[in-house]
Amino acid sequence: MHEMAICLGIIQIIEEEARHRSFSRVRSVCLEMGALSHAAPEAIRFCFAVVATRTVAEGAVLNIVELPGFVWCMSCSKSVEIARRGECCPRCGSYQLQVTAGEQMRVKELEID
Amino acid sequence: MCTVCGCTDGTPSTERATHDAESHARYYADMQDDFARRYHPHGHQGLQRSYHARDSHNHDHRFAHHQAHGGQALLSGGAGPAGLKVAGMSRERVIQIERDILGKNNGIAADNRALFVADDLLVFNLLSSPGAGKTTLLVRAVSELKRSRPVGVIEGDQQTSNDAERIRAAGVPSVQVNTGKSCHLDAAMIGEAYRRLPLLTGGILFIENVGNLICPAAFDLGEACKIVVLSITEGEDKPLKYPDMFAASSLMVINKIDLAPLLEFDLGKTIEYARRVNPKIDVLVVSARTGEGFGALYAWIDRQARHQRHVVEDTRR
Repeated sequence: MHEMAICLGIIQIIEEEARHRSFSRVRSVCLEMGALSHAAPEAIRFCFAVVATRTVAEGAVLNIVELPGFVWCMSCSKSVEIARRGECCPRCGSYQLQVTAGEQMRVKELEID
Repeated sequence: MCTVCGCTDGTPSTERATHDAESHARYYADMQDDFARRYHPHGHQGLQRSYHARDSHNHDHRFAHHQAHGGQALLSGGAGPAGLKVAGMSRERVIQIERDILGKNNGIAADNRALFVADDLLVFNLLSSPGAGKTTLLVRAVSELKRSRPVGVIEGDQQTSNDAERIRAAGVPSVQVNTGKSCHLDAAMIGEAYRRLPLLTGGILFIENVGNLICPAAFDLGEACKIVVLSITEGEDKPLKYPDMFAASSLMVINKIDLAPLLEFDLGKTIEYARRVNPKIDVLVVSARTGEGFGALYAWIDRQARHQRHVVEDTRR
C-alpha cells in the first residue's frame, strides 16, 4: 500500500505551498497520473481522504487527471499508446518498447481559499 | 507497542535509532478513528467498511463523504464546493503547483547517490517477493566479496533484525531498518542507515529491500541499479503479474535453480516475459544454496563497478 506514502508526499507538497503562499484551506487538489505510473488512482483517492485529515487539505475534493502511456516501438519506429506495462505494440505485436510518457505523478494545481 | 505499526514506539526506525512518536501520531495513529468519525457520521465502522464506493446508498452524504468514497463529488452532478463556484463572486483561486509527488524522495535519493559516488561506493538495491532467497544470496555473496573489497548491507524488513544478524554472522557490517507498517524502504531511511555503517570506500553496499514485488519499485534510494531476485518456485509469469518491478530493474537473478529437477519450470518463458516489460534487463541463473552461477554474478558486479567508474571519470572531465 505505497499509495499511503504517495499521499503523504502530496500532503507535504500542499503544506509547503500553504506556508510559502499563506493560505489555510484547500478546496480541491488536481493531480496528474500517468497510466504507467506506480500508483492506482482509486487507491490514491481512498488514501488521500485519510491522510488529509487535520491538514489544510482536510475535506478537499481530489480530481485526478489520468494521462495515457506512450512508448517508442523499436520495430515500427513509431510512438504508440499502451494502457499498461507488458502490453505489446498495437501495430506490430513487438515487445521492444521504450516508455516515453505516462510515468508521471504530479500535483498540478490547487483551488484555495 | 504501537497498535498501528507494531514497532515499539510507532515509526519506521533504523536499528537502535530513536522514534519520532509525534510525527507518527500525526500521520497514522489518529487517522483511522478520525476518518471513521468525520467522514462516516451515519454509522459505518472503521476503514474496511468505509470503502464502499460502489454501494448504493440512499442516506445523506456530506461532500467530504463523497470524496472519501473515491472522489466522486466532482463526477456526481456538481455537489460540493466545486459545483457552487460562481465566476466573479468567489474568494477561491486556483494556483499552479506542477510538482512531482515523489520529488522529495527523489531529491534525497539524489543526495544519497552523490554521497555514494563521493565515497567510491557501488550500491545495489535488491528486490523480490518474500522468500525468494535474497538474504541467503546475500550471505553467500558478501562472504566471498569481502575478501577483495569492503562490503556492507542495509537490511529492510517490517520487523526484527534477523536478517542483519545473519549478515553480521558472515563477517560484514549491517544495519537493519524496520519499516513498521510501511511496505518499502525510502531514500531518507537509507540516508540515515548509511550514516550508521563504517566507511566502505571502494566497496559495495547492498540494500535488501522489504520483500514485496510492488511498492519498492516506486522509490529511488540512490542506488546504482535495482536487482530483482525471482525464485523458480514462484512460477514463470511473475514478470507479467508485477511488471513495474521488472521494468525498474537492471538485472533479474533467477534463484533456486538447484530445484529445477523437482519442478516444471520454463526458464525461457520466464526470460521472455521479463523482456516483454524490460527489453534491456540482464538475466543470471543462480543457486544461493549451492553457489551455482555466482561467478557470473560477480563478473556482472565487476562490470557495473567499471561502468560507474567510467561515468564518474567522464563527469569529472
